[in-house]
Amino acid sequence: MIKSLDPRLTRENIEENNLIAPLTPMDNWETYEVFHQKKRGDQHMHVGIVHAPNPEMALLFGKEQYGRRSITANIWVVKTANVFASEYDDADMFETTPEKQYREAGGYKVMDKINKYKKANKA
Amino acid sequence: MYGNAYIDPNEKANAMIAGEDPIKLAEFEARIARGEKIEPKDWMPKEYRKQLIRMIEQHGHSEIIGALPEGTWITRAPGFKRKMALMAKVQDEVGHAQLLYSAAETLGKSREDMTNDLITGKSKYSNVFNYPAFTWADACIIAWLIDAGAIINQVANAKGSYGPYCRALDRICTEESFHLKYGHDNVVTLATGTPIQRQMVQEALTRWWPPIMHFFGPSDKISQHSEILMRWKVKMASNDDMRQQFLNMYVPKIWDLGLVLPDPKLKLNEETKKWEYTEPDWDEFKRVINGGGPCNAERLAVRRMAEERGRWVRKALYNATEKYVTPLA
Ligand SMILES: [Fe+2]
Ligand SMILES: [Fe+2]
Repeated sequence: MIKSLDPRLTRENIEENNLIAPLTPMDNWETYEVFHQKKRGDQHMHVGIVHAPNPEMALLFGKEQYGRRSITANIWVVKTANVFASEYDDADMFETTPEKQYREAGGYKVMDKINKYKKANKA
Repeated sequence: MYGNAYIDPNEKANAMIAGEDPIKLAEFEARIARGEKIEPKDWMPKEYRKQLIRMIEQHGHSEIIGALPEGTWITRAPGFKRKMALMAKVQDEVGHAQLLYSAAETLGKSREDMTNDLITGKSKYSNVFNYPAFTWADACIIAWLIDAGAIINQVANAKGSYGPYCRALDRICTEESFHLKYGHDNVVTLATGTPIQRQMVQEALTRWWPPIMHFFGPSDKISQHSEILMRWKVKMASNDDMRQQFLNMYVPKIWDLGLVLPDPKLKLNEETKKWEYTEPDWDEFKRVINGGGPCNAERLAVRRMAEERGRWVRKALYNATEKYVTPLA
């Protein structure tokens, strides 16, 4: 029997070699991705996961794990299985090429023309 | 707390990268050298995955087991505010384990397998928790100095290369700063209190000093193995460097309170700027880590009891149509 400094544990009469059957897959359920919104008006941000048997409990665990300390306005949970993600190997598809200047404010330069026009017409 | 996983320095170093695709390995190492993080689905050497799983998993176990000696003191913590604070701290530590297990899961080891390896004694956890917290003052010393050691380790590891581990550690370090302040406040209260309180905290400090000196592990041998782990940003600082950093930050604070450390050799060498100390008893460290400490049996037995008694609840909530998917990040 375990004789602990903690009287509550000693009272449990725990065998020292209380071998138990191993946990089996899914014993800890599946995972949910948790999104946390700090305050109204902010974006929800991905903060991590929780293991839960259903969405309601995922919210409960999400609140304990990610909302117990910081200010929280709202959280979402989404089953990991329901998230589709791009591959890091395909990251080149996000590369911005120099030809994409036409999408940028900096791709439009008019001052040269204006100055040239003003100069030509002052004379 | 407590990220000081014990990585066996005697492992065959050459086996580490044997059989790896040299082009992929070079790309992987270049990414780390550029300061970029590795994410779960990226290609990584088998040994990188293995070492990280072991390290993060052991770190997670240390948080869980570390909650036991402190949790013991919740009902007996002096005063309402300290009870509330200790409850919050213990909840944080268990939360840290959740975050760490999640990070290890992204590398492909299930949480169930990690728990199995803990309760059968296959996985290790921080050796300090094989020692008991005899008095309230022991709980205060743990909260201050063991958490302080853990912070040094965690701040270093947070700059490592594996994205999910770094993110978990960033979150953890924020909470640790409360643990440290709370622990310091408690120790200062005792050390500046009545003669009996002072004696209590001095005795606890004397008891905890050897485990604290063990905390960062034995000096690492300079090996090809440890060099590769440093290059891969799995290991971020040598055990001796972290111990030096700890002594530098905390010995003066301990001495400020007029408390005595049970090591006559302990002093700062003004020339080398390094702390000198009596070499910790590493045979004792090995004996305890291999099961011979005062609390090893109790810690695992309690953990198994909790697992077994909670099992029916988890089973009752289990939905058989669900399928496990590895977390994304
Ligand atoms: Fe912690
Ligand atoms: Fe802590």
